Amino acid sequence: MKKVEVGKKILSANEEYAFKNAQILAEKKCVCLNMISSPGSGKTTILTRTINELKGKIGIGVIEGDVQTDIDAEKIRATGAVAIQINTRGACHLSAKQVSDALSQLALDDLDIVFIENVGNLVCPSAFELGENGKVAVLSVAEGDDKPAKYPALFAKAKALLINKIDLLDSVGQEDFNIGRVNADARKLNKNIEIFHVSAKTGAGFAEWYDWLAKSVKKTVGS
Amino acid sequence: MHEAMVAQSLLASISAEVANQEAKPISAKISCGVLYAINDELLCFAFDAIAKGTPCEGIELQIEHKPMKSRCNVCEHVFEFELSKLVCTNCGSEDCELLPDSPLLLEEIEFDSE
Repeated sequence: MKKVEVGKKILSANEEYAFKNAQILAEKKCVCLNMISSPGSGKTTILTRTINELKGKIGIGVIEGDVQTDIDAEKIRATGAVAIQINTRGACHLSAKQVSDALSQLALDDLDIVFIENVGNLVCPSAFELGENGKVAVLSVAEGDDKPAKYPALFAKAKALLINKIDLLDSVGQEDFNIGRVNADARKLNKNIEIFHVSAKTGAGFAEWYDWLAKSVKKTVGS
Repeated sequence: MHEAMVAQSLLASISAEVANQEAKPISAKISCGVLYAINDELLCFAFDAIAKGTPCEGIELQIEHKPMKSRCNVCEHVFEFELSKLVCTNCGSEDCELLPDSPLLLEEIEFDSE
């Protein structure tokens, strides 16, 4: 038997694309946020509200990742924003190569923020860097308050956490969704995580989210 | 099932090394942090399927999972992370932070020397 030491990163091919994506985005002074959550947590509704309410102030483009259909891209396009749909045809996450192809179709000079709406999945998308400035986790109250404990990867890596559908908090009840537990568990995994309590339906809590986005844009343009 | 893409990248990484050797590869050791959420059975299944018919066919994967670790900000003690009781195992302080996850690495490949 002969042993050969290698010591190489297995995902280096993906990471090379991610690095190139990050370079292109930095050159164009675009902030890129990778939105990750379960299916149905409200990512698309958060984005359509955000685009509509920041229209004329912050230029937003969206890369939509779905297993199939362009339903989400159409919802984004209805706001007037540009959306590039990626259909993964079964794959449960986006790769940096797919994002690279989508970025080449966006007029980045006109954009301040590129949102990547990843495939709805709490596990797989967190393992692949796409070249983003940060991951944004979305958790809706109907999913239960044990998600940071059960799916730590996303919450440990995310820059921000949007706890969505807080308008349903009373119906779901404190015993099934203790918002204090979510805040505490997320902060144990990630003491710098920014947490926003929002309702994409009513607009509650969005002012703080917009402040954070504006600060992120300012930081990127200034650098 | 993100193991499919990991398996593809792993096959490419191992193939690049195997091309430099004349001996037959027997096994490969890889290591990964907990946050990569790698399921051994799924990764081995995916790897076996795509390695079929290549020089990497039949390689046995040995997967080492590296635990998440925390560091105490008071006494700098490093210990295994546990969400349910996040206190320093040395001084009892609650001022601890999670350290970066271990990368997904191809550590070594074992070849048949005959």
